[in-house]
Amino acid sequence: MTSPTEALLPSGHAPEGEAKPGAAIDDTAVTGRGRLVLKRFAQQKRGLFGLLLVVLLILLAFVGPHFSKWSYTDHDFENFLTAPSKLHWFGTDQTGLDLFAATMRGAQKSILIGLLVAVFATGLAAIVGSAAGYFGGWTDRILMWIVDLLLVVPSFLIIAIMSGSFAGNWILFVALLAAFIWQITARIVRGQTLALKEREYVMAARYMGVPQWKIILNHILPNLSSLLIIDATINVSTAIILEASLSFFGFGVQPPDISLGTLLNDGQNAAFTYPWLFLFPAVFLILLVLAVNLVGDALRDALDPSAGKAQ
Amino acid sequence: MTTETTEFISTGKIDTDSVLTVEDLSVTFPGGDGNDVRAVRGLNFSLRRGEVLAIVGESGSGKSVTSLAIMGLLPTNARVGGSIRLRDRELLGLDDRHLSDIRGKQLSMIFQEPLSALTPVYTIGQQVSEALLIHNDKMTKRQARDRSVELLDLVGIPNPRDRINAFPHEFSGGMRQRVMIAMAIANDPDVIIADEPTTALDVTIQAQILDVLQTARRETGAAIVMITHDLGVVAGLADRVMVMYAGRPVEIGTTDDIYYHPRMPYTLGLLGSIPRIDAQGGSSLTPIEGNPPSLATLPPGCPFVPRCPLAIDDCKTIEPPLEPIGRSGHLAACIRKTKIEQENLQVNDVFPAPEIAAAAVARIPRDERKAVLELDGLKRHYPLLKGAVLKRQVGTVKAVDGIDLEIREGETLGLVGESGCGKTTTLLQILELNKPQEGAVRINGRDTRELTGGERRGIRRDLQVVFQDPLAALDPRLPVGDVLAEPMRTHGMNRKEIERRTNELLRLVGLDPAMSSRFPAEFSGGQRQRIGIARALALTPKVLVLDEPVSALDVSIRAGVINLLLQLRAELSLSYLFVAHDLSVVRVIADRVAVMYLGRIVEIGDVDSVYERPSHPYTQALLSAIPVPDPVKERQRRRLLLKGDLPSPANVPSGCRFRGRCFKYEALDAQDKARCENEDPPLYEQGADHKAACHFAEAVMVV
Repeated sequence: MTSPTEALLPSGHAPEGEAKPGAAIDDTAVTGRGRLVLKRFAQQKRGLFGLLLVVLLILLAFVGPHFSKWSYTDHDFENFLTAPSKLHWFGTDQTGLDLFAATMRGAQKSILIGLLVAVFATGLAAIVGSAAGYFGGWTDRILMWIVDLLLVVPSFLIIAIMSGSFAGNWILFVALLAAFIWQITARIVRGQTLALKEREYVMAARYMGVPQWKIILNHILPNLSSLLIIDATINVSTAIILEASLSFFGFGVQPPDISLGTLLNDGQNAAFTYPWLFLFPAVFLILLVLAVNLVGDALRDALDPSAGKAQ
Repeated sequence: MTTETTEFISTGKIDTDSVLTVEDLSVTFPGGDGNDVRAVRGLNFSLRRGEVLAIVGESGSGKSVTSLAIMGLLPTNARVGGSIRLRDRELLGLDDRHLSDIRGKQLSMIFQEPLSALTPVYTIGQQVSEALLIHNDKMTKRQARDRSVELLDLVGIPNPRDRINAFPHEFSGGMRQRVMIAMAIANDPDVIIADEPTTALDVTIQAQILDVLQTARRETGAAIVMITHDLGVVAGLADRVMVMYAGRPVEIGTTDDIYYHPRMPYTLGLLGSIPRIDAQGGSSLTPIEGNPPSLATLPPGCPFVPRCPLAIDDCKTIEPPLEPIGRSGHLAACIRKTKIEQENLQVNDVFPAPEIAAAAVARIPRDERKAVLELDGLKRHYPLLKGAVLKRQVGTVKAVDGIDLEIREGETLGLVGESGCGKTTTLLQILELNKPQEGAVRINGRDTRELTGGERRGIRRDLQVVFQDPLAALDPRLPVGDVLAEPMRTHGMNRKEIERRTNELLRLVGLDPAMSSRFPAEFSGGQRQRIGIARALALTPKVLVLDEPVSALDVSIRAGVINLLLQLRAELSLSYLFVAHDLSVVRVIADRVAVMYLGRIVEIGDVDSVYERPSHPYTQALLSAIPVPDPVKERQRRRLLLKGDLPSPANVPSGCRFRGRCFKYEALDAQDKARCENEDPPLYEQGADHKAACHFAEAVMVV
């Protein structure tokens, strides 16, 4: 039987919808899913706040350096390890590097890497997983072989070996990072697709003659959106941290170029003695991840009708 | 038996004979916004030994919560008031340890879903023994096992001594429900609560289970509280009936009083909405319009007012109390009850059945109409494989084994049979529109074997489907407007057209076009099924395939959807392939009916011939298994109970595939039996448009 509370709920929130007599047939505009999701997203303060924060951080990272007279390649030989001041807004490090310029430069790299890797990895997982689950047969077998193969390949080693060849080519680096974190999600997506495929609404769409890729796009992926959004938001921070640890071992972003990861690595020993070396890049990273999470949560609620009216 | 029991309700005297007494029971769940959900309000009843009380109502009427309150199984946030006494012991306020002593010993429960009520990892024997051992410290495992075998034998499990070692997944749904009953009666309880015990089962199995419940009552002398949404099921079983609405009893009385002299409009409505196999075909049902009220925001007056055709202004001011009317023990909560009594109003006086005009195409004789869907010797066999790496075929599942059907324009064919008989496979094979393994499918005269991809897409416009579960059939993430627009977008209609058609469709199925931006979860079950129907109609198809479209709905809602289907058929000249296991629904809607058994059609013909002169023993059994909402008729009816379950389609018997369960075969002499065993019966003519696949077919009246 149904759970007691479920049985108690009124079977429809809406009164039985009798067609209003007198209303002309054409007068009600039909709102599609796209506009409805946008509307539901716009109703959520935290989502809008998160979005605003992301935009501000990007602006700060890319426009901010123009207002400072220091560049991340400059060294101020009169000021080593000075605290934040009018001259150096975020202070300087032991080589006289202006921390504001460095943080902004690092943020540019990390925002690009974090967001792009998340989109690539989750997108790839969604496409491969849903295709394998939906089409089944040989498509499924071949795609899952690839996934399993990539799971057992030591990704760190591959990146380390290949790092020589992509010096300066950060897009390739992003692609490599993405290539090593999507497989588990792809497997989960495949499993969920197998279950969704048997649903009657998917069958109904098939019997209407809807093309298969459209069914995946319109019915399978939207119903996995909660999973995919959570995965993408986690991937943003995973990618930034993975990049930092690679840089720490001398792969990835190399000096004189800077990423938030390299800054954090350099600054962590001084976190208590010269806190500005660590604090500013760390706060920037936290704000970025927080903002992305807020947007993700709001998007998930906007896409999920059972979330009701989000506050 | 009921005079003293019912006396208690009207006089308030404590009846010492009663095993279970519920007084002024109320259950409230805290809700958001300060609106508490008042699930049960002011419930009184008492049960005598061996009595069967049916509690009837729609989903959300509080009947299940009542049963959970008695069992002490409500969630901890529920506030329970009043009193529940089992013999002289107050159950409310007992802690879980004491309740556990009572549960399963004096008070036991049978749940709706037999598939999930047994633990999959223990054998049947272990689970029945556990029920025994937990309440009998002195019993040894050996004794418990022997007693389990006895119990399983009592509830009709064949070879209980062997089957006791089987796991739940080896049992069919009906068998598991029997095991549940065996566990419920294991300790000779005083009261058995059965919460929709047959809703999830096929009609033939339902008849068997109701029979077992009778046996259980006879053997243990337990009183039974039978909870159901279907007044039809309890007519032959219950002594008294209590009708609940919005958490309150609105009418209570002996079964005869409730069925023959209902005095509350809601009871009248429930009775009118049941499709009856003893009614003439083609007549519409009387739906109760609207939905039950939200239990969190109840209006001050009678909660049934918005749906009641007899409501007057006084009804809106105070909620009427339960007051005696007519014979002793009959109580109804309605201001208008005396009017109903004096004028002796019947169902159709209160809820007029909507007039549904016949379709224009129906006036053309059947032979002159075009065939829109034809099946010709359709077969679907699945190989049964064994082995992990090197698979070898160990058998064949004959899901559909050569069937012929034909549906003409404007006609409805009902395809009926138990679950597992191949109905769904047939239907999917038609909808796939690809080349069948054997045989042919023709839509509008086009053979699906010769279609190209583009043509197949074109033909999909003419053939659409409505699924059983309206919630599963609608994408939860798509607003209703998009759900309806999808088929039209796929077939290349432009935006303006789609928008116009969406509104038109919603209106057509009786919904407000302003609701198009809502999600499916915001609608009630009946409304969702209307949306499913609207989507199927979007491309103006010629044939609708309806896969049990009303079996997931409440009885009162069901009538509305059936009427809608009747009306649409007339207005749009549709043809239906109506798949169902419920023969009574088919009687209302179908022109012709085909009865399917184990991948074959065993009887086919026009509805009146098949229902009035069923000739195949299987059809006779199916028809006799359907309860009629008429207690006198029901008590006198002879049930043709089928033995056991449908055999596996992987292991089809030789000759006549029905003979293993056939009562006619049993009665034959050796020579005739041999014929059944060796000769596969073809469809023999039984009359004009009536065929049955039985060597010894003869018409029997069973309704």
